[in-house]
Parts: sequence; structure tokens; C-alpha cells
Amino acid sequence: MSIEWYIVLSALLFSTGAVGILIRRSPLVILLCLELMLNAGNLALVAFSRMVGNGEGQIFAVIVMVVAACEVVVGLGLIVAIFRRRLPLNVDDLRELRG
Amino acid sequence: MEEALFFLSAIGALGGAVGVIAMRNPFFSVLALIVHLFSLAALFLLLTSAFVAAAQVVVYAGAVMVLYIFVVAYVGGGGESAWEPIPGQRFLAPLLGIALFIELSVAVLSSSLLALGTDGPEVEPGFGDPAAIGQLLLEKFLLPFEASSILLLLAAVGAVVLAHRRREESA
Repeated sequence: MSIEWYIVLSALLFSTGAVGILIRRSPLVILLCLELMLNAGNLALVAFSRMVGNGEGQIFAVIVMVVAACEVVVGLGLIVAIFRRRLPLNVDDLRELRG
Repeated sequence: MEEALFFLSAIGALGGAVGVIAMRNPFFSVLALIVHLFSLAALFLLLTSAFVAAAQVVVYAGAVMVLYIFVVAYVGGGGESAWEPIPGQRFLAPLLGIALFIELSVAVLSSSLLALGTDGPEVEPGFGDPAAIGQLLLEKFLLPFEASSILLLLAAVGAVVLAHRRREESA
């Protein structure tokens, strides 16, 4: 399989995640769509690492996984805190921080 | 054989991704994401990166998704309003997504990376296995490795602070 197939698939997955962030209103699903976009980036990194024949791109992918895990932990903590305060779990209602 | 595996995993990954954004119930979205992550792990294996595939299954599909399922079970589903802050957002967003896909594909495929059309160079058998990744992490990339461990610690402390139930709140 040539590398460009993986890159095009990664672009497709990234766009799917971006569309999800634009059309969904629940912060939980928006976090899931962020995961989709990060994973698409990971796929591109690993594909480029294979293309160059060098393992350093895979280190990038592992570090991206660590950052994604941190983002999930903090995001889910925020969602639980919002839920405990009986606020609506909807990003359109939660926009008091909007500039 | 490799082509069949690639297209099978690609269909799984794409189907999972579409499932995440199409499911009404967040619980099913999480399950679709698990399908997506397993297919992505298969793609990583096809790209001869065994360690990243294993980490994907253990860390993502295992630990992170269990966290998601706990929070979805705690918070419950629902809460999707039909109200749109921007008129026609649900129709404009897919158009924007298609435009983004075309732009990304053109940007990568029209670049002068000659190796894009090939299967990649021949690699030695140990390419991407845990030993190679571990050696790179502990020698060349020691600083990012330590920085990411500090980031994990900070995220754990932050989550405890955020989800902590205050006294006056519980009373």
C-alpha cells in the first residue's frame, strides 16, 4: 500500500472530526471529535515515519497520545464539575466565557 | 493481502468516525470511537509500528475509553438542542468539512515529497518495536519524555481539583 493512501485517509478522518465539532452541541461528543482529529494526526505522523524509514515520527505519535490523555482527563473533569452544578451540558448555553 | 487489510481497517476507521458524529446517544458515540481506535491500531500495524499500535489499544481503547464510559454513565445522554446559534450551521458544516478534506489532500499530494507514491523504504525487522521506541525515548527524546510525564502529573492533579466536591456544595 503506498503511503499516500494513509495520508488521504488521515485527511478524511480529520475532516470528519472537524465536522463533528461544528455540528454537535454536547461537550462530551465534542471531546470525542477532538480525539478523532488527534488520531488522524497520529496516523499521518506514523505514515510519514514509515515513509522516511525513521522511528522518530512514532515518538511524536506517542507524545500526542500522552497529550490527548491529559486533555481527556481535564475535559471530563470539567464536564463532571458542570454536571454537579446543575448547568446544562450544551456548549451553546455554556458561553458566558465567550469574548 | 495488505490491500485487503488496509481497506478493511480504513472502512472500520471511517465508519467509526462517522458513527461518533452521527449517533444521538453519547454512549453509542463512545462505542463507535472504540471501533475507530481498533481499526486505527490495525493501520499502525500495517505501517510496521507495533509499539504505537499496542499503546493505542492499551491506553486509548482500554483506559481512556473506560473513563469516557464512566462519565457518560454518570452524566447521562441527551441534551442536544435543535436550536442553532448560526442559521444553517448543520448544512454549512459538512460543506466546510469537504472543503477542508480537499484542501488537505491537495496540500499533501501536490507537495514535492517523492516517496509519497511508494511503499516506503525497506526497514530492518526491529523497526518500530518497543525496543527501538524505548531507545529513542530514553536517549534522543529524553526531555520530551520527562516533560510529558510532568504534564500527566499536572493533568491528574487538575482533574482531582476540578472534580472535587466542595463542602458547601454538598450541604
